[in-house]
Amino acid sequence: MLQTLLAQVREFKKPSLITPVFVILEVIMEIIIPYLMASIIDSGVNQGSIQNVCLIGLCMLAAAMLSLIFGVLAGKYAARASTGFSRNLRKAMFDNIQNYSFSNIDKFSTAGLVTRLTTDVTNVQNAYQMILRLCIRAPFMLICAMFMASRISLSLSGIFWGAILFLGIALFLITSHVHPLFMKVFQKYDDLNSSVQENVGAIRVVKAYVREDYEVNKFKKASGNIYSMFIKAERLLVFNTPLMQFAMYACILLISWLGAQMIVSDSLTTGQLMSLFTYVMNILMSLMMISMIFVMITMAKASAERIAEVIDEQPDILNPACAVREVKDGAVEFDHVNFKYKADGENNVLEDICLTIRSGETVGIIGGTGSAKSTLVQLIPRLYDVKEGSVRVGGVDVREYDLETLRDEVAMVLQKNVLFSGTIEENLRWGKKNATREELERACRLAQADEFIRALPEGYKTYIEQGGTNVSGGQKQRLCIARALLKKPRILILDDSTSAVDTRTDALIRKAFREEIPDTTKIIIAQRISSVQDADKIIVLNEGRVENIGTHEELLKSSPIYRDVYESQTTKSQSTEEGGVVRE
Amino acid sequence: MNKKKGAGTILKRLFSYVLRYYKLQCLSVLFLIIVSTMASVAGTLFMKNLIDDYILPFIGSSNSDFGPLFRVLVKMAFIYAAGVLSVWAYNRIMVNVTQGTMRNIRNDLFSHMETLPIRYFDTHPHGDIMSIYTNDTDTLRQMISQSMPQLVSCVITVVSVFVSMLTLSAPLTGVTILMVAVMVMVSRNVASKSGSHFIAQQVRLGKVNAYIEEMMEGQKVVKVFCYEDESREKFGKLNDELFESADNANKYANILMPVMGNLSNINYVVTAIAGSVLAITGIGGLTLGGLASFLQFNRSFSQPISQISQQLNSIIMALAGAERVFQLMDEAPEVDGGYVELTNARVEAGRLVEMKERTGIWAWKHYHREDNTTTYEQLKGDVVFDHVDFGYSDEKIVLHDIELYAKPGEKIAFVGATGAGKTTITNLINRFYDIQDGKIRYDGININKIKKADLRRSLGIVLQDTHLFTGTVMENIRYGKLEATEEEVIAAARLANAHSFITHLPKGYQTVLTGDGANLSSGQRQLLAIARAAVADPPVLILDEATSSIDTRTEKIVQEGMDRLMEGRTVFVIAHRLSTIKNSNVIMVMDHGRIIERGDHESLLAKKGIYYQLYTGLLEQE
Repeated sequence: MLQTLLAQVREFKKPSLITPVFVILEVIMEIIIPYLMASIIDSGVNQGSIQNVCLIGLCMLAAAMLSLIFGVLAGKYAARASTGFSRNLRKAMFDNIQNYSFSNIDKFSTAGLVTRLTTDVTNVQNAYQMILRLCIRAPFMLICAMFMASRISLSLSGIFWGAILFLGIALFLITSHVHPLFMKVFQKYDDLNSSVQENVGAIRVVKAYVREDYEVNKFKKASGNIYSMFIKAERLLVFNTPLMQFAMYACILLISWLGAQMIVSDSLTTGQLMSLFTYVMNILMSLMMISMIFVMITMAKASAERIAEVIDEQPDILNPACAVREVKDGAVEFDHVNFKYKADGENNVLEDICLTIRSGETVGIIGGTGSAKSTLVQLIPRLYDVKEGSVRVGGVDVREYDLETLRDEVAMVLQKNVLFSGTIEENLRWGKKNATREELERACRLAQADEFIRALPEGYKTYIEQGGTNVSGGQKQRLCIARALLKKPRILILDDSTSAVDTRTDALIRKAFREEIPDTTKIIIAQRISSVQDADKIIVLNEGRVENIGTHEELLKSSPIYRDVYESQTTKSQSTEEGGVVRE
Repeated sequence: MNKKKGAGTILKRLFSYVLRYYKLQCLSVLFLIIVSTMASVAGTLFMKNLIDDYILPFIGSSNSDFGPLFRVLVKMAFIYAAGVLSVWAYNRIMVNVTQGTMRNIRNDLFSHMETLPIRYFDTHPHGDIMSIYTNDTDTLRQMISQSMPQLVSCVITVVSVFVSMLTLSAPLTGVTILMVAVMVMVSRNVASKSGSHFIAQQVRLGKVNAYIEEMMEGQKVVKVFCYEDESREKFGKLNDELFESADNANKYANILMPVMGNLSNINYVVTAIAGSVLAITGIGGLTLGGLASFLQFNRSFSQPISQISQQLNSIIMALAGAERVFQLMDEAPEVDGGYVELTNARVEAGRLVEMKERTGIWAWKHYHREDNTTTYEQLKGDVVFDHVDFGYSDEKIVLHDIELYAKPGEKIAFVGATGAGKTTITNLINRFYDIQDGKIRYDGININKIKKADLRRSLGIVLQDTHLFTGTVMENIRYGKLEATEEEVIAAARLANAHSFITHLPKGYQTVLTGDGANLSSGQRQLLAIARAAVADPPVLILDEATSSIDTRTEKIVQEGMDRLMEGRTVFVIAHRLSTIKNSNVIMVMDHGRIIERGDHESLLAKKGIYYQLYTGLLEQE
């Protein structure tokens, strides 16, 4: 995991390495300065020598300037290293996601990927910056301050050891108790937020059922829960500062007592005493910092793991070595195809599928919910790989094609389709980057979208909001069809892509297909019989198997499922006698 | 935003928000902070006395008496102990104050959000609403738990140290103040630079996040269109822009600490030189011991100032967050001027009598102010639209002159192209939106007079987009009627034809659904939504494309169940599938916000108008 992440530091290796160097220099200055401060008092003020004050003052000024420069440089490089690192992480993840196949995408949820690319990266960035700046600083400061303290007085520094031991153990105990508690709280906290999200999305349901009070009570209970969990965790955490102060004050008192006697017996100066006080601060602060770093790292660890997962994920569909770069025609063949989504899944989703579709044919696919219609067609542009058997396009196994070539020739309108923010024209150009205006308009006319686009105040320049929320479902579907048509594919697959389009427009689209793109193979999945009944052949799928193939008339005679579906859509709903069986 | 004034009022409001529930706690925290600050100031003062009174006098003398030193150390131990205890105590109290306030803010936000009209959710992106709960309240937590007490303790330290410094030497205090002024100026400069970069960073971060979200959502489309390289390139550009401003923002934030720290070092040197000149020349009565402790004060004076300056960025961010939180709390809630209530009733001697328990008969309780009487009217489900005009804004009317009569027990269907206004009509009946002109009457009562909650309770609605809640299947169905028994839930599920698939789920009715029922197919989710409406058992039912994702064979079965349920009740149906609506009493054909044809299936077909075209479009090839 660590290796995957660190590999992404790349061009920011230099700032990542320079930062600790400057941090060390800065710490050295910070150690020297209290020493100089003490000298100002000892050999300047106490001696009454303005000259000494000025001299040491100048030294200290120089030290402060150096410390300033080192500090600024350390800060600058730390910023560069950490933000650069996070940039590379985002880029590496995003780039690799682009290589994912459908099954890779299925493995991670959309929301999960978004969190990994945003929140998780921010966490790692902050942790990385912390580590660069503090991981060296705190222990180094601790060691230097201890060293300086022992140089001043070996016996007094024994007090420090005691303080370090005491505070170290206390901090360790607190942190190790609090950490798991916090992990639990954050989990609950995420749950709370997702319940808010759920409510915002489902506000119409809440209001329609007048469940506002019910939801508020549910929420209050959850937020009350989080409240008490937070208190439980933070109750322990609040011991941190007072314990540290306790250790510090105890040191001060002890040093004052012993130091005073040493000064009187002339083995210590007052200035040295003062700098000992400063070193107490330094040492104990470093200890606090170390415990903080520990917490930061463990918190960032989960994020780092999630990021590494995305980067390490191997796309399971790759371009073949010597890929075929031309698709001969739009013929499709399924040869004893078996398929399941998960290798260890029990049952095949598709079972022994054998099909032959000739180039230019129109093929309808009908089947109940869960009959694997979408799965079947997604094998054609090789969005998933078959488990057994083979799928051939233009006579060649899809696994031998260059992926881009294959997918350019097999255009697919997905069931769950998406428009992107941008103008209508930009969205259409996904199909063909350099399409002319005429091409755009022709595709839209075929998809029966031209008319409504023209009716929009800004026509083809109309801006589509993210997720296409400002066009209706039917309009969205028509735009998606037009986008696919712009590819001028040999095979066009519509996966339930006209469900929100009214029947009249649906018929017009099919008419346009028939007349304008007769050579393209058209595969249409539909719920409505009317969408497929004029097809050259209709495939009836049932629970992952081909139940029947034939024309509308043939199927009405031979397929009970088909007849059933047909009747449910054409005749008045009759009594239960014939529709009693549910297939799910 | 009027920045200066705005920030002040927001801060004040935030304070008063905290104080509303935690006045006593805040007062004690204030007191404890004073104690702890005093303890640490006393510690600094003690340094002066330690050297001047307990060490210097004995230097060189052979029989030193450490008795007084011991006594003062014991005294100091008590003072320190008080300091440590009060630090612990105020931190402990602050935990309750912070978390309690966070809980109150969340609860207030949520309860208020639930009262907001649908229009609010239409006009505010859901991501924005969410970020109020997550990002904005998180910044507030930091501010209340850390920045606020730190601010208080810094102010107290600065004031008390300032006073102590003045007593030691006024001229030297002047020098320190001058230096501090320089520090403040420099830090403001750096902070404002980093602030502007931080704003740029937030903007670009927002862009990157939006792009990521959009692309992840559409990742499968990207694959299908081989758009990987383009999206990589575009992301790379946005990502680089973000890197640039993040780099700058962090750079300036990072250098603030060394700059402040070393300016205070320089301050120390300058003060030391000026001080020793004063002490040695004897001006202003400054002793050497006095100078030594003045220098200690000098450090404790600049420390809190640099601390505050480092908090500046997070305070600014928290105030922006608080502003958004209060904005939501200030949104005007849904107005409800209704006074007609829905009650249980029983017929006694031909008259309706109000009942406490559920009787199965519902009545509208109508109070008449003019003659101070209350009448009861049985709930029947008679809905009338009387020349209704509606628009989401006054300028853009989307429904024109809608007239509609739905008698109890009738099935009214709406068909028409997408965007014709079918869904909008149903949203008017339950008053998700209020109409511009005309009247909607429910059992003869203008719906504006009916309490919204009662109005909605009498309407069952299955929406176009199915939403399920995190929880078991049982809980989701029970959402329609919270007190429904297990048997009632199962009966409703059977009615909706959902029972068989539910029993096939790993834990049946106790299967927990998450992420809006992500593990169910859209058809299955619709069946659950129908079961949810069925268990509510309302006199009027609205089905908005409720069966669009269910295959037609299953739909037929569901339909039969629904027909049984809806016997004697009013149903409004919207559907694309004409087979769904064929047996309706009245079919309204809508186009561009108007009803252009109405009648039953046969009469509309005979008319050979739009409905005929739609219908024959379906069966064109026969």
